[in-house]
Amino acid sequence: MHQFQIYRLTELEILGFDASFTNASLFMVLAVVLIVGFLALSMTGRSLVPTRIQSVAELSYEFIANMVRENVGQAGMKYFPFVFSLFVFILVLNLIGMIPYTFTVTSHIIVTFALAALVFVVVTGIGFARHGFGYLRLFVPDGVPVWLMPLIVPIELISYLIRPVSLSVRLFANMMAGHTMLKVFAGFVVSLGVFGIAPLLFTIAFTGLEFVVAILQAFIFTVLTCIYLNDAVNMHH
Amino acid sequence: MLASLAVLAAATAEATEQSGGLPQLYAPDFAPQLIWLAITFGALYFILSRWSLPRVAEVIEERRDRIQRDLDEADRLKGETEKALAAYEQELAAARGRAGSIARETRDKLAAEVDQERARADSQVNAKLEDAEKRIGQMKSKALAQVNEIATETAGAVVEKLIGAEVSAEEARRALEPVPGE
Amino acid sequence: MDPTAAKFIGAGLACFALIGAGIGIGNIFGNYLSGALRNPSAAPGQFTNLLIGFALAEATGLFGLLVALIILFG
Repeated sequence: MHQFQIYRLTELEILGFDASFTNASLFMVLAVVLIVGFLALSMTGRSLVPTRIQSVAELSYEFIANMVRENVGQAGMKYFPFVFSLFVFILVLNLIGMIPYTFTVTSHIIVTFALAALVFVVVTGIGFARHGFGYLRLFVPDGVPVWLMPLIVPIELISYLIRPVSLSVRLFANMMAGHTMLKVFAGFVVSLGVFGIAPLLFTIAFTGLEFVVAILQAFIFTVLTCIYLNDAVNMHH
Repeated sequence: MLASLAVLAAATAEATEQSGGLPQLYAPDFAPQLIWLAITFGALYFILSRWSLPRVAEVIEERRDRIQRDLDEADRLKGETEKALAAYEQELAAARGRAGSIARETRDKLAAEVDQERARADSQVNAKLEDAEKRIGQMKSKALAQVNEIATETAGAVVEKLIGAEVSAEEARRALEPVPGE
Repeated sequence: MDPTAAKFIGAGLACFALIGAGIGIGNIFGNYLSGALRNPSAAPGQFTNLLIGFALAEATGLFGLLVALIILFG
């Protein structure tokens, strides 16, 4: 579990809170620098016919824009920067974690939970801002008989409140399980000696799968954010 | 980057293994992570929403506008071409109609002229014919008259020769008068 | 019973949750594939739903795995 260990690089304290610059902080800053740097670099030309790197930036833009438009509609484009930031942040953090000897920020439950809670707060805030207390109708589905209400409403409420938990645990567990599994099988390579070739091959194949998972989990996180946003923005159940 | 990795490696080496539990559940590490997550994600959101994304959107928008403009232009040109073609065809039809009417008019006029000409020629010919007939009649009657005269003279001469008596022209003519009922 | 042994047994039992996740994920992809072969033109439109279903099914299994990890290392 050594790869998930947090190390303090610089002790720091802000307003009495421990704000030490840790290895996790380092990779978060690195991710932000990479993202902003990439977007800045790709958009220096701003040519009408995109260069290769520019089209990558534009493709990612269009990809998230289409996702928001499909799931939330045109009204959701207001929240596009938020969704895009979430996607690239998680994606880059996941992918950085795939490089050996780096640290996977998203394999820490507290980080993923904070992100999921942020999504939850933002979505709930948007819901109440747009619909007032009418947003509470989200917990009262149409066409359900009244005598079922005492059962349905708590279920809907719980499924709403559990969203940040499932959202964060999914990302955290995926990243952590993948990395732990890789480590366990890499350990077999050494301990099995000559027969270690089998776990080695498995590790190689599994690394490929982990790359898919890293991208897929960022995508899933973003899609679910869009779906929750859709509930808040459009409210049709 | 390399320097920070070196620091990281050093920190890894000298770090004492904290308890035995999951590092993810080690509560004292929560605060720095949360604070740095807030700082980095806040900065990322701020930079992206204010600066990076509008730049990308601008380029994409511009391209879309450009394509739309070009398409509109092409549409307009196509419309113009079609209009011109329609005008040309209309013109062609009109010209064809005009040409037809001119031809018909010309034909009619020519036919009328020909008719007129023919009628005039006919009348001329008729007049000439009549003239000729009249002249023939005149000449005939004149000739006949001359025949009478000659006959009278001849009759006088014949009578004179035969009987030796001079016959006056008057008598001879009378004698030669056609017998009524001839 | 030795508490360490009990811990390992408990972690192993918690991993049974992955059986359900495996069945669920197999179900989702199998049904998607058979649906996609029947009507290939409609398949790309459902790709997002496929991934969402996959993520939801996988998450339940990962909850179990998480419990196992917490038992082992927590």
